[in-house]
Amino acid sequence: MTSFPLKIVTPDGLIFDGQAEEVVVRSTSGDLGILAGHINCVAPLGMGRATVMTGGKRRYAACIGGMISVVNGNVTLVPTTFEWAESIDTARAEASQHRAEAVLQRKDASDTELKLAQARLHRALVRKSVASSKI
Amino acid sequence: MAGVSTKEIKNRIRSMESTKQITKAMEMVAASKLRRAQAQVLNSRPYFEILKNTIDQIVATNRDFSSPYLVTRPVKKALYLVIAGDRGLAGGYNSNILKLVESEMEGKDAVVLPIGKKAVDHFRARRTPMLSENYAEAADISIGDCFSISKQLSRAFLSGEFDEIHVAYTNFVSVLSQTPACMKLLPLTAEQPHPTGASDILYEPDSTEVFEAIVPEYLGGIVYGALCESRAAEQAARRTAMDAATSNAEDMIADLSLKFNQARQAAITQEITEIVAGS
Repeated sequence: MTSFPLKIVTPDGLIFDGQAEEVVVRSTSGDLGILAGHINCVAPLGMGRATVMTGGKRRYAACIGGMISVVNGNVTLVPTTFEWAESIDTARAEASQHRAEAVLQRKDASDTELKLAQARLHRALVRKSVASSKI
Repeated sequence: MAGVSTKEIKNRIRSMESTKQITKAMEMVAASKLRRAQAQVLNSRPYFEILKNTIDQIVATNRDFSSPYLVTRPVKKALYLVIAGDRGLAGGYNSNILKLVESEMEGKDAVVLPIGKKAVDHFRARRTPMLSENYAEAADISIGDCFSISKQLSRAFLSGEFDEIHVAYTNFVSVLSQTPACMKLLPLTAEQPHPTGASDILYEPDSTEVFEAIVPEYLGGIVYGALCESRAAEQAARRTAMDAATSNAEDMIADLSLKFNQARQAAITQEITEIVAGS
């Protein structure tokens, strides 16, 4: 399969820099798959599972926020957080989920609190589902 | 004996010794903080650079100017985000960045958003209008704060409150060299039109929404990167300044010890002469 140069960077550092054959990410308007020879393209990312195919192997990751861009064949993925499935801390995600649910069940939570809790719940669920998906 | 008494010299040596101890301690603290800040810079730098390059490329190849972030308006009011330190005794670190900002702001109707206690104090003393004084502790600002700053900035830009947004920070070039820099964040303009030309970009779902979503992310990333650079630069500047202060103190102590010994010798010689003359 033809490959293309892919870079994945987050504020915590350069996560991936090399050749990949396929990338699938969850953009704000749905899943977006990229193969070699893709047209120049920019899309903001939502929260969801990202799939990266390198050297015939498929890897999964929880990819949250940021953007993906394809410029002249170079694919750059700049998410806010990006964790490979094998390095996700499930216990932490679980704890985060419970905390968010507790806030959502409170009657007196303010609008911003609710929004933050919803986002946190969403992130925790994404992490959990990615961590449990089979490679 | 000549001029100064031995007691006076002794006192000066003692005070110099304690100054030296303080500067030495500060140097060591700065060195250990620098190691941490340096690691952080090395981690965040690829993000900072790739993010900036990607946005530059997109803007350079762009033909679609429907997003307000891409439109250059006549500048009525500009905003400067200024990142300085919380404490002094860091050589020229604070004064260099503040001088650069003052020269950039000259003749403009500008508002500042200072980060770091020194920046807040400086602009308060000059009565420059400030957007907020909430970020007086540069050391405490997390990446989350960077993103909330960036949201606030992009909203202010969209509402027309500011027509230009700049960030002033200090580049950590190396342990021995730090350079203050000022960078324009908004509007997004291409420095030079892309040479390859006619490549259009597909925006998913459409350009207005894409820029709406990625600009705050981009600003947050850039602000975080600038903050990491500045923090490392501050520690490096302090380490260098304190290293120089320590070696100056050592020089002065050596100088004073020589004077002290001369004075002591002179006193002994005089005493002997008196005894010999008296016998």
